[in-house]
Amino acid sequence: MTERPRVRGPASYAGLRKGACGIREFFLYSVQEGLLFGILALGVFITFRCLNFPDLTVDGSYPLGAAVFALMMYRGYGPIAGVVGALAAGALAGLFTGVLHTFSRIPALLSGILTMICLYSINLRIMGRPNISLSENLGHRTIFVILRDAFPTVPEVYVRFLFLFALLVVLKFLLDAFLQTEIGLSIRATGDNETLVATQGINPDDMKLIGISLSNALVALSGAMFAQYQSFVDINMGIGMVISGLASVIVGEVLLRGKTIFVMTLQVIVGSVVYRLATAVALNWGYSIGFKPYDLKLFTGILVIIILSFPVLKEKFGKA
Amino acid sequence: MLKLDRVNKYFFRNTQDERWAVRNLSLEVRRGEFVTVVGSNGAGKTTLLNLISGTYFPDSGRIFIDGHDVTTVPAYERAKYLGRVFQNTFQGTASSLTIEENLAIAYLKGKRKGIRMAINEKMREYFRERLAEIGLGLERRLKDRVGLLSGGQRQALALLMATFGNPKILLLDEHTANLDPKTGEKIMELTTRLIEENALTAIMVTHNLQDALQYGNRTLMMDEGEVVLDIFGEERKRMTIQELLERFSELRHKKFAEDRALLSS
Repeated sequence: MTERPRVRGPASYAGLRKGACGIREFFLYSVQEGLLFGILALGVFITFRCLNFPDLTVDGSYPLGAAVFALMMYRGYGPIAGVVGALAAGALAGLFTGVLHTFSRIPALLSGILTMICLYSINLRIMGRPNISLSENLGHRTIFVILRDAFPTVPEVYVRFLFLFALLVVLKFLLDAFLQTEIGLSIRATGDNETLVATQGINPDDMKLIGISLSNALVALSGAMFAQYQSFVDINMGIGMVISGLASVIVGEVLLRGKTIFVMTLQVIVGSVVYRLATAVALNWGYSIGFKPYDLKLFTGILVIIILSFPVLKEKFGKA
Repeated sequence: MLKLDRVNKYFFRNTQDERWAVRNLSLEVRRGEFVTVVGSNGAGKTTLLNLISGTYFPDSGRIFIDGHDVTTVPAYERAKYLGRVFQNTFQGTASSLTIEENLAIAYLKGKRKGIRMAINEKMREYFRERLAEIGLGLERRLKDRVGLLSGGQRQALALLMATFGNPKILLLDEHTANLDPKTGEKIMELTTRLIEENALTAIMVTHNLQDALQYGNRTLMMDEGEVVLDIFGEERKRMTIQELLERFSELRHKKFAEDRALLSS
């Protein structure tokens, strides 16, 4: 038997590469990653859906969160401090994009790209080299290590799964509540109708700054959690993250109907999990049809293109 | 209540396309006046409203609302003095938000936004009350998204939102122009009722000369960025559309060029 070549691809699927892996583990690992990226997708949801601001900062703020977290681990801080640091760094990155857009009047897409490219250098400076490991041997006790030691009788995969699930549920409900507060409502109104918001005495620029900052704080949190999940930070881990976040959002919208906030954030989470399962299936079993890990971005891109084109195709080529 | 002092506004200033949209315009509107503004396309009617609301700042001159100099106050800050309804029925509301969320945005106008829940039961009660008054059954649809409403319903909602908290001045920018005549009439009824009940000062831009004379208590006619005719009191009561058009030709030595106005009069 020739062994399947194990291609070093995107460090996600770390779980899958651990070797002997049954269908249940396969499922659990994919769902775990769906939950991890669900945090990022919630961030993307805030900008793309609530604020109607296509924010590409994500590709930079995601590794920023991971880099800041790793730096703080190396400096001897615990994982809670690391996560707080990542949240703050992400919010700052978002604020920077927001200021480019609202103060310098740079178009939304360009503002995000500018921050993203600046962050590439900044992330390298934070990390000191293109990739770094978090290791117990170096005294880095990530949240997952702490949890594993706290529940020694429960298999690690379940501990991780339950923790990530609980974290995402808490974040979902916090976000749901926030979007119904005075500021949250003002943010959503800004994304819908800026003229109205101004005539109702709300400064739309303020709402954009708050929304974009919050979004990137969540994205950076996702990066910090993923750094702990795979015990590894890579400078290129952010490439294409905004599109995979968007893919999660729109896959969720296709799968679940509804426009209430509760349903919309649920769409994002379900979308993220389904999207990760789909990519994991493509990676695991797509090998026989020549699918390689490096085809993943193409897969994601085509998926997003198809879903976004669907309404137009349906209209042009008759009733489906 | 509102005072404009020698206000000028240019578009594309210092280019070949320069247009002098509002020319040395001075205007005083007293408390409780309901002013209708007519004029052909490009006369500066909407520019006038945009200057009052702060969408644009004037190139020279000063604007006062209730004694406050607002000439350079940004739109969102002077919004506390103003309510505004637009011609485009999608502009006065947020379509993706529910009726109660839209009303909450208007209800919270002028208040500092925090992380309190935006809507509570007491507010809902107030919203139902106010919606019941406009008689469209919207009080039973608080959680429906505004995008599901008809143009007339959206405009009624926008009107209600614009009058929340009794603004110093209500600005109406051809707010019935995109509605069918019957709905437009209903919205005009609602408009006058809300203005009377709340004793509001209002400025209504319209293309409909009939409406301009029928509603309100003062009429301004604009042409090329100037107010060319300002009628009120007995003179206005006796004025007919025909006379209004004649007065215009006398003053400006040209015909009142407005197909829409003539067709709809």
